[in-house]
Amino acid sequence: MVVIGKKKYESGEGAQFMSRKAALKKLQLTLKDFRRLCILKGIYPREPRNRKRAQKGQPGIKTLYHKKDIQFLMHEPIIWKLRELKVFTRKVERAKALREFSDMKRYLSNHPTLKLDHIVKERYPTFIDALRDLDDCLTLCFLFSTFPSLNHVPRDQSLLCRRLTVEFLHAVIAAKALRKVFVSIKGYYYQAEIKGQTINWIVPHHFGFEPQAKNDVDFKMMSIFVEFYIMMLGFVNFRLYHTLNLYYPPKLTTHDNSEKILVDEEAYVSERIAALNVPLINLDSTLQNTEDEELEMDQFTNESEATKLEEAKIEADKIKKLKILFKDLKVFLNREVPREPLVFILRCFGAEVSWDKLLFVGASFDENDETITHHIVDRPNMTKQYISRYYVQPQWVFDSVNARELLPVEKYLMGCVLPPHLSPFSDNQHDQTYIPPEERALMDPDFRLNDEEDESEEETENENEKEENETGEEDLEKDLKEEIETNKSDEVNEKEQERDRLRKKMKVKTGEVTKEDPWEKKRLEKQEYRLRERMIKKKHRKLYRSMMEGRKERAKQIWLLCKKRRLHDTAEKQKRKEERKQKKIKLAE
Amino acid sequence: MKNQRKIVKRKLNNTLTENNVKKEEPDSTKSIFEEESDSGAEDLLSTEVNNNDESSDEEVNENEDVPVSDTEQDQIVFESDDEESDLSFETDSDDLGLDYSESDEESISLNESSDESKDENLEKKSKNFNIPTTSKDNVSEKLKRNESSKTNINIKNTSDTLQTKKQSKKQKKTNKINKSDELNIGEVQKDKVQNKKNLKSDIEKSKRKDTKNNTESNINNENNDKTIADQEVDEYEYDSSDEEDIRNTVGNIPMKWYDEYDHIGYNWDGKKIIKPQKGDQLDNFLKRMEDPDFWRTIKDPQTGQDVVLSEADIDLITRIQKRKIPDITFDEYGPWIEWFTSEVMKTPLRKFPEHKRSFLPSKPEARKVSKLVHALKMGWIKSTAELKKEREQKTNEPQFYMLWQSDDQAEEMRRIHKHIPAPKRHLPGHAESYNPPPEYLFDNKELKEWNKLQTTPWKRKLHFIPQKYNSLREVPAYPKYVKERFQRCLDLYLCPRALKMRLTIEPEALVPQLPSPKDLQPFPTTMSMVFKGHADMVRSITAEPMGQYIASGGDDMNLKIWEIATGRCIKTIPCGGIIRSVAWCPNQSLSLIAVAAEKKVLLINPDVGDHLITNKTNQLLEIIPQSDVIVSERVKTAVQWEQAEGDYWTNGIRIILNHFKIVKQVTWHGKGDYFATVMPDGQNRSVLINQLSKRRSQLPFTRSKGLIQCVLFHPIRPYLFVATQRNVRIYDLIKQEMIKKLLSNSQWISSMAIHPGGDNILVGTYDRKMLWFDLDLSTKPYQTLRLHGTGVRGVAFHKRYPLFASGADDRGLIVSHGMVYNDLLQNALIVPLKRLCNHESYNDFGILDVMFHPIQPWVFSAGADSTIRMYT
Repeated sequence: MVVIGKKKYESGEGAQFMSRKAALKKLQLTLKDFRRLCILKGIYPREPRNRKRAQKGQPGIKTLYHKKDIQFLMHEPIIWKLRELKVFTRKVERAKALREFSDMKRYLSNHPTLKLDHIVKERYPTFIDALRDLDDCLTLCFLFSTFPSLNHVPRDQSLLCRRLTVEFLHAVIAAKALRKVFVSIKGYYYQAEIKGQTINWIVPHHFGFEPQAKNDVDFKMMSIFVEFYIMMLGFVNFRLYHTLNLYYPPKLTTHDNSEKILVDEEAYVSERIAALNVPLINLDSTLQNTEDEELEMDQFTNESEATKLEEAKIEADKIKKLKILFKDLKVFLNREVPREPLVFILRCFGAEVSWDKLLFVGASFDENDETITHHIVDRPNMTKQYISRYYVQPQWVFDSVNARELLPVEKYLMGCVLPPHLSPFSDNQHDQTYIPPEERALMDPDFRLNDEEDESEEETENENEKEENETGEEDLEKDLKEEIETNKSDEVNEKEQERDRLRKKMKVKTGEVTKEDPWEKKRLEKQEYRLRERMIKKKHRKLYRSMMEGRKERAKQIWLLCKKRRLHDTAEKQKRKEERKQKKIKLAE
Repeated sequence: MKNQRKIVKRKLNNTLTENNVKKEEPDSTKSIFEEESDSGAEDLLSTEVNNNDESSDEEVNENEDVPVSDTEQDQIVFESDDEESDLSFETDSDDLGLDYSESDEESISLNESSDESKDENLEKKSKNFNIPTTSKDNVSEKLKRNESSKTNINIKNTSDTLQTKKQSKKQKKTNKINKSDELNIGEVQKDKVQNKKNLKSDIEKSKRKDTKNNTESNINNENNDKTIADQEVDEYEYDSSDEEDIRNTVGNIPMKWYDEYDHIGYNWDGKKIIKPQKGDQLDNFLKRMEDPDFWRTIKDPQTGQDVVLSEADIDLITRIQKRKIPDITFDEYGPWIEWFTSEVMKTPLRKFPEHKRSFLPSKPEARKVSKLVHALKMGWIKSTAELKKEREQKTNEPQFYMLWQSDDQAEEMRRIHKHIPAPKRHLPGHAESYNPPPEYLFDNKELKEWNKLQTTPWKRKLHFIPQKYNSLREVPAYPKYVKERFQRCLDLYLCPRALKMRLTIEPEALVPQLPSPKDLQPFPTTMSMVFKGHADMVRSITAEPMGQYIASGGDDMNLKIWEIATGRCIKTIPCGGIIRSVAWCPNQSLSLIAVAAEKKVLLINPDVGDHLITNKTNQLLEIIPQSDVIVSERVKTAVQWEQAEGDYWTNGIRIILNHFKIVKQVTWHGKGDYFATVMPDGQNRSVLINQLSKRRSQLPFTRSKGLIQCVLFHPIRPYLFVATQRNVRIYDLIKQEMIKKLLSNSQWISSMAIHPGGDNILVGTYDRKMLWFDLDLSTKPYQTLRLHGTGVRGVAFHKRYPLFASGADDRGLIVSHGMVYNDLLQNALIVPLKRLCNHESYNDFGILDVMFHPIQPWVFSAGADSTIRMYT
């Protein structure tokens, strides 16, 4: 009698996953084609719950794909195109080897092309989904738009990338969707909000491309990604333009594939920026932009939601203000200023921008225009200056956008030492984060920076400097680890006690009600907590420990940053004092 | 080849005949150069066959001019042919044997026909030609074997007896013919020599004349003969090397090979041809000056002789230079001889008319055209215009259209199964800014650390070094930008994805929510008293059941009785050994303390408290109860009861139990009559149960179950708890069987305490744990408490309050709330309340024993620092 039992790995995780090798066998594809297919279709390996079972007991770590994913791939018409492509290359190579050039030409003219429209729709069922996943797409497209002609990257791909990214920037300008900007050492970070989705992308600094080692970067693979992203971005652009009542493709004034553009990179870039400076043509000029309309929010009776609603209203107001942040400003960019990000940002918030007419195309007004309000300069000084305008450094623009108001220009004037440029993306919701004093100053206007304090104080007196310093420190370390705080409070207590003692000596004592020592109370509580801590279930003990460790680590980091800052500040102060002394000496002399 | 030859030969009838004649000549004469001439003749023949037609035509003409000789020649040819064929037959006859007669007949017939042909005219020439040519084929083949055949013939003539007369006749005939041939040839030769003289032959002759001076006369003669032959032949062979006048036999070699020698080659006789005297420059010059013919003298490279060109030669040369036809006699403008007529013949050569298909359009062509048309229609092939258009379209970018009709309504289609979207990249913090706040910049230490982790970059806190630039224009491109993007791409398609639940809880949430200790009061919170007086570690303490006194003992071998209210040491009783355990008798009508001092267990009346009770106790213990029960040897060797006397009695010691091993623990039964002693080293006699009233001992276990740590009586039921190293066994003393075995899951049990209710046991272990066993629940601990950092040495329950305490080597005394409910459904509530840490550590020991006050919520701890502390 044969016992018909269940075999191992015929159900459950063992049956759900298949290794890459098995997938290749099933799909009858080469690894190269499979990778390409996976990239285009967005298929990725999955981490099983139980790896041993999923690998059918085989040792090691294998790339596991879900069986349904592979079955999904099996129905993909692109597989046939890939096979055709293989045949095509074989034919062409054969013809080339046999020197049958007419045949080769004929084959080449009938090159099979992949059509990816359906995949875009398949991967992103709705427009919102596509917007949600636009980050990587935009970042890569912006990168590719800076690429020169490379071995594995088709020329038209990078050209198309350029076109599409410029179109996207236009859409952002038209929708006034930009929210945050950040100049990082890696590039410019932008955050836009379209249809409630925040989209972040990075644009590298100038001359971002540099040749990479062959084993470092596989441009071919990236090019496959871009192949898909181009399609995606194209469709997104189309829909964006449509919702904004704009023509697609937009008629950009200087945009055409002329020889000069292909040859001269500089010329192309400058024309692309020039294009950014021109507003797009509306589909129907009578129609107002829906974005401008006031959004009336419904009133909810719920108590808790009322506060939320209030918050949302405030936020909406802020954004509304942000959208017209630079309105009525006329900005002239000096030639050393990176034009593309600045033109984009300024135009996004409604400013008029121009630059040197002689150097680059697309300037809308001249430098000697008296109505210019801001002149953006990135050099220590200028010979010819106009009184009617501010000469500010580019960081003013970025910081103003992040602060959502026009910051006072004093700190950003030409030749000034710039204040630190802060990231708008740091989230302060988390309780254990270090907030640099500059950011705190931004958040609550009562907070005074150390430097300002010093400046004001130094003028008055130098004697009580130490005390001031300490109080300043206390301010800084408000959110420090508790223990540090308690230590500090201990010190304070001691001080108070001393004072009390002094007072006692002088005054007649009156009867006092004994109070419970809060410190003692706290200590007791802590002790209790420690005992309770011991009662954590064994299951959670490790987790708890690691969490506490992490917390400790973070506290340490914060402490370290605070310390560094304090050291830096004191050093700065010392320096300033010395300088002042020397000045005084000079004056005396 | 043969056929070709045939065709050629047919055309060149006459010439061939002549040729034959020439051939015959040496044959018949059989002069000195028999072989050479033969072979030469054959060569000539072959060249003839291969060579030009025109000359043959001329020849024909010439032949026509001289009809008489021609006929004669013809005849001769036939004759000779015949003969030769005969010869061949003869040669063949060796092989064929009898067949030759027939061939003979044939030959005869041939002869006859040839005879007939003699009479016929030139018109029938063609017919005649056919016959000899056929025979000629044979001839040409057999000529090569001429010599051998002839010799054979000679031999045969002598040897063969079978030879017929006919044959002999024929031979004779042929001989005759040969002779006649000779004559004829002679005539012809003479004619030819006289008539035909070519330019070339002229030149050669002249050359020869010049060279004759040096060569011998014999050679000359021979040469003459030869030249004659040559002259005859030269018309037909211009290019053959044989035709050249060769004096030097070295062949066609570079003559410079002979530069070193004084000869220049060899003549036909094999003698050296000596180089002529070579004059020096002066001679040369003189010659040029003097010799009028110098300009026309050239040097023959083969002989090294100077040759003076004749007038004719120079003419020839000049003609060639002027690109005229070298032959003066050739008439360029002679009348056109129409070899083929240009007139259209009235009747066509082909009789049949043109085929119909030559007038109809070709069907295969039509098929091809229709195929092309079809292909064009179907779009398989395209016209150039179309192709161009297509190319333009192809270069265009992809077409975009409205892919999503609405913002958030998805179209039904097959999609990725349970899609897990890729996590977004982290957004940059302040550190990544081009102008970060100064505290984010690395100092030297951090930079060093960052560099140190070069091989393990994932361990770095930041994946980049923060940089500060004073202005935007100074910011360079980020060198790893492309690589980072690439890595993101890799992550997107190679990184396994899974949905992970992220914990958003704070760690505090993991801490169990317990009732606040404040609500669980009373419990001891502060140290209110320290009992000092012991000189060494206090190992054990015990309280009087009324709660007025406590007794303690330790390494200083003294039992001390303390009054709780005042903290005074009332009595000190020396026990004569390290006291490991003390236990106050729970029977309130007795005033007794059991003290385990080394191997002895002392029952001491402390003589404190109520006098009535102490006196009564003394009286009671003075009486030694008599019993007939024979104590077994096993028990007797283990323990002996002894009444204390003398000093002992005055000290308060009433009874001494002498054990055979060190007693580690002594514990009373709740009633106060029985007490158990534990000797861990006693193996199967390590537990003793003693009855005070009968002064009797029992050994409850016959077999050892391990190293017994401690024992405990159940407060209500007749159960005994025995703790070995790892497990706790519960025995029913009446039924004498094991009820339960509690699995501690720890390495080493140190102490044990039982809840006054009797259903819960607290077990302290040296591996830092306290185990709360609920006997109703299971044999496994209901809760494991890890309150201490080191091994737990003592645990205790309070008799009235829901409290328990534990002391450990970490000097900490932890008081906990342990509420046991009567309701069976509700489990015990355990809340640690307070950690009291006042003892000092001594030799890594902290607290050695813990005890509650029997009535008040006070706790006592005996420490290794020789103090006892009370907490209230």
